Amino acid sequence: MVIERRWKKWVFFYIPLTLFIIGTLFPFYWMLITAIRPDAELYRSWRAATNTPFWTLHPTLAHFQDLLARTTFPRWLWNTFFIAIVSTGISLVCGLLAGYALARLRFPMAGALGTSIFVTYLVPPTLLFIPLADIIRDFHLGNTPWALILTYPTFLIPFCTWLMMGYFKTIPKELEECARIDGATRFGAMVRIIFPIAIPGILSAGIFAFTLSWNEFIYALIFLSSPERKTVPVGVVSELIRGDIYFWGQLMAGALLGSIPVALVYSFFVEYYVTGLTGSVKG
Amino acid sequence: MEVALSRPRAVREPFLTRFLDNERLLAALLLAPAVLILAVFIAYPFVMGVWLSLSSTSVGNPGEFVGLKNFLKAWDDSIFRTAFGNTFFYTFWATIFKLALGMWLALLLNRHFRGKRIVRASMLLPFIIPTVLSTFAWRWMFDPTFSVLNWLLYKTGLIVTKLPFLSDGTWALWCAIVVNTWRGMPFFAITLLAGLQTINPDLHEAASLDGANAWRRFWHVTWPLLKPVTIVVVVFSVIQTFSDFQLIYVLTGGGPANSTHLVATYAYQIGVAAGLLGEGAAISLFMFPVLFFVVWIQLRYLRRLEGA
Repeated sequence: MVIERRWKKWVFFYIPLTLFIIGTLFPFYWMLITAIRPDAELYRSWRAATNTPFWTLHPTLAHFQDLLARTTFPRWLWNTFFIAIVSTGISLVCGLLAGYALARLRFPMAGALGTSIFVTYLVPPTLLFIPLADIIRDFHLGNTPWALILTYPTFLIPFCTWLMMGYFKTIPKELEECARIDGATRFGAMVRIIFPIAIPGILSAGIFAFTLSWNEFIYALIFLSSPERKTVPVGVVSELIRGDIYFWGQLMAGALLGSIPVALVYSFFVEYYVTGLTGSVKG
Repeated sequence: MEVALSRPRAVREPFLTRFLDNERLLAALLLAPAVLILAVFIAYPFVMGVWLSLSSTSVGNPGEFVGLKNFLKAWDDSIFRTAFGNTFFYTFWATIFKLALGMWLALLLNRHFRGKRIVRASMLLPFIIPTVLSTFAWRWMFDPTFSVLNWLLYKTGLIVTKLPFLSDGTWALWCAIVVNTWRGMPFFAITLLAGLQTINPDLHEAASLDGANAWRRFWHVTWPLLKPVTIVVVVFSVIQTFSDFQLIYVLTGGGPANSTHLVATYAYQIGVAAGLLGEGAAISLFMFPVLFFVVWIQLRYLRRLEGA
């Protein structure tokens, strides 16, 4: 190994890494500190002598209480969760089946179909939101969770298909061939032999898809209108700002509570998430 | 009992087995759900978007065919031109910063140190947390009256008056670039880190025995091997940054005085907030040639890799 001098290690490693950590995490710390700071301290001039911006001596839960009293925040959490779970489930099933077909079966147009699914993967929601809003209205899905459950798969299915296709390609073909020789049908071999082996891949795709749907904003903003139907990001934007007035304490409390579920899911499955993330671009 | 139960299965199975063992039929069956959803919610809206952009449709008015009028009108609109220029500016700088910082962070995380796992996991947080929610924290940090950044710079003696973070158009666009970089950098870092981990350490050993310093080792050993994954990550990031909506919507709302709009936020303002569906659809379709070009490069590149 290359031997380094001590000062060099500080300059080229510890100091930059510390700066990266502070820069990455400071906004979250700021979210937390704002959420528990009383209003009187929050709106104090930045030149005031008594200002202690980086901590507070009077932590309060008032903003959380206001948030729960004034808005239907638990309802938003539930909506976000429900929509994320169902759309992830639909996308996983579709992606699993399509990924298997593209990775393993020979049929005409396989290449073209694979390419077009890849291309849809790269279509951003902001290209299509105006016509989609019209279609949702035509289908009478406006202001229902189904508007999102059916549209989120448009960006989740290509991702799941892509990821599962890559995963299936790493599973040796011989496993299926053995099962087929033992008398299993093609379908049976797929369901009983290949899918169980692919569980880590399914989990990666599922975790990643879940965080993507939790994060989605523009469709939720346009397709939902009544306050109790909203998801967390949209609810926070539309109900906690009145005209030009930002309720910063409640906003940060809402941002914090809305981030915790997805951060928890992530922290339990970090490795799977990272596999999903790196697999999402590899293929 | 057993005989009675197995009889209907014995009748049904041959047909189903034959059906599912036909490779083409099985493929069609497996692909049907995915293709159906993508056709109804991507291909159909795309065709409809093109039709809308050629019509004078607005909310409550079915409209009629107007040719390229919407596109010409957008092109003559100074706000649209600003938004179009902003989109390129924003994408270019944010991608450069994300790549440079992400590469740096990946190289740092590729070393051995205590607490590596937890540091790596926490570095991804900006990418996990919903963008809208974390952008609110940034907006509060950039607040004109109560900005903690102004306080910090003032106390350390670097400034005497407040910096106009979000109240000046140029400043606001740079602030958006900073927030986008903060959010997207971990994605670069973690995917590049995965690429770095596949590089054989013997190569570095050999290069340093030959007298290459750290920079030359990076430039002549690491970078060439990392290039394929870098290109793919950059393509993904460019597409997402170019079509960004939520960050600007929350951070500046396109203001002050419409100076920080991106194509997507302006399309929203015209198409949804003002209800001019035709014009809005035309504006968002201005993104299409650029996205098409990027995807085309990506496909060509993938083909070349497969061919090699």
